[in-house]
Amino acid sequence: MGLLDYFRAGRPKGSAAVAKERLQILVAHDRRVRGRPSYLPKLQQEILAVIRKYVEVDMNAVSVNYEQEADQEILELNIVLPEQAERA
Amino acid sequence: MARIIVITSGKGGVGKTTTAAAMAMGLAQRGHRTVVIDFDVGLRNLDLIMGCERRVVYDFVNVINGEANLNQALIRDKRCDNLYVLPASQTRDKDALTKEGVGKVLEDLGQGHDYVVCDSPAGIEHGATMAMYYADDAVVVTNPEVSSVRDSDRMLGILSSKSRRAESNAEPIREFLLLTRYSGERVERGEMLSVDDVQEILSLNLLGVIPESQAVLNASNAGVPVILDHDSEAGQAYGDMVARYLGDDVPMRFINSAKKGFFSRIFGG
Repeated sequence: MGLLDYFRAGRPKGSAAVAKERLQILVAHDRRVRGRPSYLPKLQQEILAVIRKYVEVDMNAVSVNYEQEADQEILELNIVLPEQAERA
Repeated sequence: MARIIVITSGKGGVGKTTTAAAMAMGLAQRGHRTVVIDFDVGLRNLDLIMGCERRVVYDFVNVINGEANLNQALIRDKRCDNLYVLPASQTRDKDALTKEGVGKVLEDLGQGHDYVVCDSPAGIEHGATMAMYYADDAVVVTNPEVSSVRDSDRMLGILSSKSRRAESNAEPIREFLLLTRYSGERVERGEMLSVDDVQEILSLNLLGVIPESQAVLNASNAGVPVILDHDSEAGQAYGDMVARYLGDDVPMRFINSAKKGFFSRIFGG
């Protein structure tokens, strides 16, 4: 870059910076997904089926989250039960 | 036993075959007995880049199927006595490469050689997974471009899970980054990801940076590995890469654009 470039107003930021930012987000996401065990979707379905035997919950009521940290794996289950009024 | 090096990338057209040819030639020229194998069954190209396409009689699949022995299929390079090429088959389907068959060929090659360089096909299909399965070292060829970097990261995941070393809990494959088609000038203008950017994202050991160069096309036109073009920047950069792989401490060259004169420094451009 020349010295005068510093004085040119409104010079657009290079596209490389955008590329880097997009990649950092994407690669982090890819890596999270990659480490997940392949049984996760099936596990989610079966847990949901068991819960629905007792409570009428929505298809999206169970979320299964898997995270890997240095030397431990965390399987997080989140089940949202319906409001009191909606219960049968 | 020979050390098995896979040249891989995920994305096509980034310079895997150019790199495989250059690396094999570079290792052989430094006195190491080397074989370079084309794993791209159905779409063979390594023979063209090596300039031995008219001497192909038997191929990799013939050897796996027992239709020819290794000595019949290996093509000795005319420029370097230490170098052999094992071409891919052009006609057979990709499933011809079985895990057992590939393992047996690599084991036999390992007896009389120091390095076996595997030129992987693009993608993550059978041929590519076969090329990397037995690897000891992997060179991930990457262009400073979003889809190439993303695919390289994907390959790293596969290398660390679907290889013999991973399955047997052995020491993991040594992974190296090779950045190709690099333009220091475009990086300076903020138009291209820099070496540091790519390294920050992939966090890999940098084996080399190959500048974008007309010499690469000239070399493939002529069937001469570009590493033999000592006058070109790309040829020299591949030479540096091989030296680094063998443990020499060589500084990175050709990363910055050519030195600018006084006036262009002031006025830009």
